[in-house]
Amino acid sequence: MPDTYDTHDTRDTHDTRDTHDTRDTHATRGRPAATAAAGAEPMIAVEGVQKVFDVRRRVPGSLRRERHEVRAVDGITFAVPAGEMVGYIGPNGAGKSTTIKMLTGILTPSGGRVRVAGIDPSRDRARLARRIGVVFGQRTTLWWDLPLRDSYELVRRMYRIEQRRYTRNLDACVDLLDLGPLLEVPVRQLSLGQRMRGDIAAALLHDPEVLYLDEPTIGLDVVSKAKVRGFLATVNAERGTTVLLTTHDLTDIETLCSRVMVIDHGRLMYDGGLDGLHAAGESERTLVVDFARELPAVEVPGARWVRSEGPRQWLAFPAGESAAPLVTALAARYPLVDLSVREPAIEEVIARMYGAA
Amino acid sequence: MWRGLATYGLVVRMWMRSTMAYRTSFVLTTLGNLAATALDFVTITLMFSHIDALGGFSLPEVALLYGTTSVSFGLADLLAGSLDTLGGRVRDGTFDTLLLRPAPVLAQAAADRFALRRFGRIIQGLAVLGWAVSRVDVRWTVPAAALLALTVLSGAAIFCAVFVAGAAFQFWAGDAAEIQNSVTYGGNTLLQYPPGLFARDLVRGVTFVVPLAFVNWLPVLHVLGRPYPLDLPPWADFLGAPVAVACCLLAGLAWRAGIRSYRSTGS
Repeated sequence: MPDTYDTHDTRDTHDTRDTHDTRDTHATRGRPAATAAAGAEPMIAVEGVQKVFDVRRRVPGSLRRERHEVRAVDGITFAVPAGEMVGYIGPNGAGKSTTIKMLTGILTPSGGRVRVAGIDPSRDRARLARRIGVVFGQRTTLWWDLPLRDSYELVRRMYRIEQRRYTRNLDACVDLLDLGPLLEVPVRQLSLGQRMRGDIAAALLHDPEVLYLDEPTIGLDVVSKAKVRGFLATVNAERGTTVLLTTHDLTDIETLCSRVMVIDHGRLMYDGGLDGLHAAGESERTLVVDFARELPAVEVPGARWVRSEGPRQWLAFPAGESAAPLVTALAARYPLVDLSVREPAIEEVIARMYGAA
Repeated sequence: MWRGLATYGLVVRMWMRSTMAYRTSFVLTTLGNLAATALDFVTITLMFSHIDALGGFSLPEVALLYGTTSVSFGLADLLAGSLDTLGGRVRDGTFDTLLLRPAPVLAQAAADRFALRRFGRIIQGLAVLGWAVSRVDVRWTVPAAALLALTVLSGAAIFCAVFVAGAAFQFWAGDAAEIQNSVTYGGNTLLQYPPGLFARDLVRGVTFVVPLAFVNWLPVLHVLGRPYPLDLPPWADFLGAPVAVACCLLAGLAWRAGIRSYRSTGS
């Protein structure tokens, strides 16, 4: 397995948009965690964090059970300055959720140091809870049998949110997430997309400084995904909320995050810009072209023919490149009917990045 | 402490309203519960239609044991009985949700799935207790009445501690609800009868290991002027409250250790 790709140059150029936030601007330069003493601490600081689970497994063919050590997270270091929006990706079982659970205080790290908003999550979980918002895509915090509004009222009382602030935040969420007609509907009657929007609003009513989203777009249709993404971008831009988001949908990352971290087998494999990730993974996007009639394999510069099926052909091109010149070149030479671009799946990118692994 | 009570109240109210979303179901289960607990004591009275005494105890005396443990257990079951479903939340990972709120987790977990229908057992227990108090051959002086009242309350606290300790154990065991039930429901049934009926080792176990004997056996036998099968100093009859406090402290420690070892689930 190769070492972590180091691409600090790309990260720094992307981080310039954080300058509206004065709290942590110098923390974005260089290794923030190490230089924390010199300036303000980053919003999320993780140093050499590990989580080791003891798992008992049956030995095949006998009743004996053996203890196994599973290193879900195996020495991760990163820092996220305030106001940044970071994508956290990796294949299933890579350690994404475990990391998030350590950042919320649900799980206690086996080793290393974690600080979120200056707080040690596992030691001061309840105090941290007021300053973070968490959305688990696969799990709802809403009350199944009660109207959506009741869940929000409970949040108001549990977090002791001042009435004026609560009304303002709720109104903003209702407005941006189209929750108006849903407030009096029992949660069990909401669609998956509606419930997810409801969950995201519930996580933001107390003005958290940090928002963790664990697969917030899982199972949603295209329209709901777009709505969720638009809302998250607004929250990040207007409130300066620091966002850490895990997903399997690269489009989430592309539309929202300037920085992406890739985790695999509990180790951080990449930390930098999305374009850098594509370059590192030599990933390709696919252009699916429908011609007016069946043609022999087309040849255009910058693309590679993959396969044909009747008048439809698949062409691969580097993910970092724009599709526009390719389309222009094709249109100039062949009769086009339709075309679409397919993004590389994150698993493919990662698989290619670490080929043998 | 205050935070805990406020949280408990909030969550309880949410569950009561959730229950009311299914009104018919609530009415039917409440009636069913009431009928089942009522029949519970009827079996004892039926037994006494064939015998005059059970282990030397008359029906009103057994009813005094029955009433005290029923009210204690009923209170604990109403307040903390949901903790025996904690294993499910630990296994499916929904326990995470409780940890993410800025409120005491034990209060949230105890109020989880709060079921008002459990009031039935308390009402039935109070009825039996009232009947027993009026019929037993005891002169109800102020100290005797005070001891009985304190006994019911410390008994409830001891049962609560057992619920909490059992819940804490579920963090390691995944689901130990049945072990917990054997102590809570099983203990409640045990305490309805005079201790002389049971093997001495069992009596020793519930006196010194899981101190259920302090829920009602020792103080009620004292009030009735009956000897306890084990050789204990006379002041042991009044230890209910201190034992309850000690149990709650130990259960609290176990709960903390349990939460620390919580492992959540894969996603």
